[in-house]
Amino acid sequence: MQKISRDKLIKKASNLLNSGIVRCVLGWKRGEFDYDITPNVFTTEKELIDDFVWNDFCGANLSKYLVSKTQGVDGKILVFLKPCDTYSFNQLLTEHRFDRERAYVIAVPCEGMADINKIKQITNEGISSIEFNEDTLSISTLYNEEPIKIAYDRVLSERCLNCKSKKHVVYDELLGDDGEILESNRFDEVEKIEKMSSEERFEFWQGELSRCIRCNACRDVCPACTCEKCVFDNPESGVENKASANSFEEKLFHIIRAYHVAGRCTDCGECSRVCPQNIPLHLLNRKFIKDINEFYGEFQAGEKIGMRSPLIDYTTDDIEPNEAVNRRDS
Amino acid sequence: MQVNEFKPLIVAFCCNWCSYAGADLAGNNRLSYPADVKIIRVPCSCRVNPMFVLRAFQRGADGVIICGCHPGDCHYTSGNYYTRRRMTLLFSMLDYLGIEKERTRVEWVSAAEGAKFASTMNDFVSKITQLGKNKRLEDLRCKK
Repeated sequence: MQKISRDKLIKKASNLLNSGIVRCVLGWKRGEFDYDITPNVFTTEKELIDDFVWNDFCGANLSKYLVSKTQGVDGKILVFLKPCDTYSFNQLLTEHRFDRERAYVIAVPCEGMADINKIKQITNEGISSIEFNEDTLSISTLYNEEPIKIAYDRVLSERCLNCKSKKHVVYDELLGDDGEILESNRFDEVEKIEKMSSEERFEFWQGELSRCIRCNACRDVCPACTCEKCVFDNPESGVENKASANSFEEKLFHIIRAYHVAGRCTDCGECSRVCPQNIPLHLLNRKFIKDINEFYGEFQAGEKIGMRSPLIDYTTDDIEPNEAVNRRDS
Repeated sequence: MQVNEFKPLIVAFCCNWCSYAGADLAGNNRLSYPADVKIIRVPCSCRVNPMFVLRAFQRGADGVIICGCHPGDCHYTSGNYYTRRRMTLLFSMLDYLGIEKERTRVEWVSAAEGAKFASTMNDFVSKITQLGKNKRLEDLRCKK
């Protein structure tokens, strides 16, 4: 369960809203169900009290919404950011996607977010309500009389199990205590795939990527994907739509998507969270991050404002492409 | 007797200042290399967007090779250094997805290295011929 209470967030936001320091509040709101929390803009205290939500399903990274919400209107926007969201915020500032002065960042500590798919595997469908306790979730479903109690660590999402940092890298105001940058095992899964043979890797990715329905949700949610025009919307590109043939055609989409954010991806894990087909998209992004770390030195996008991405930089003794690929075998 | 010999389709991106001139020199010197190599002239090897490589595969290429000036000799000072980083990451990703790593290559060929150009292409084409048709990156949308 999150340590900071919802009331504390609402009180903070209402004060800033009423005193006129901020024009509106970017936060989370309940969607159709208790667990599908959706980002929302709040403009009054009443709206906040009625609809604002802060619980273990507020995984959505709000930093991307600043790009569109700061356009064409004056005044500051209050935004609640979890530690991993602050990296995306910095990265967006680095790319000059919005003005720092227009955002009022309130840093919220995060205890890790729950993964609804893991919960559904335990309780099945028909979840009617969710109650948050100290270290368990009580889930009521349509088919069980008694609520099912589940420990948090069983349903923590993959990205939170491998949390890279509990530290906020940027904020105007901090609620609660700030954490530390953590040692995570986030590249273990990537290493496992690297150790497979070429055929096994192909089989693995064919199994994963051919499930793709090309909804473009991974692109739409990604805080690094903020181009106003996108190649995937261009009918001339050859990769705009889904092919109606039983082949592995989606790999092109996924390579291009992951490559486009290489060196800028902060590994926030939003792509995997929103994927309706549960494709582990973060494994593609992490592969790029791992390669960059190995070949060009440790790099964490969004750690500081104004950092130069490894792909727009070079040294004269970089590794040769063919050597880099062959090295893994020797 | 029917002979079903596999003829690969190779796309070679050659930088205008070094490798394209190197190919020209190979021709002038009467050095032969397979006609399966289709050269695309680019102003600099860093003009090659990683998507060009994917696009070539998508439209039926069996191998893609990028040739540029030797590091340090770029006509635009630093273009090929960027190529090197980009292609390192792209090739590594293709390998990660299970695409045969022999299908992609970067070679530095200067304008004086006609012989190197010819031998590189001979070597690359024979490797790809051994590998056979590119099945793993084909796209049925682009099949005629």
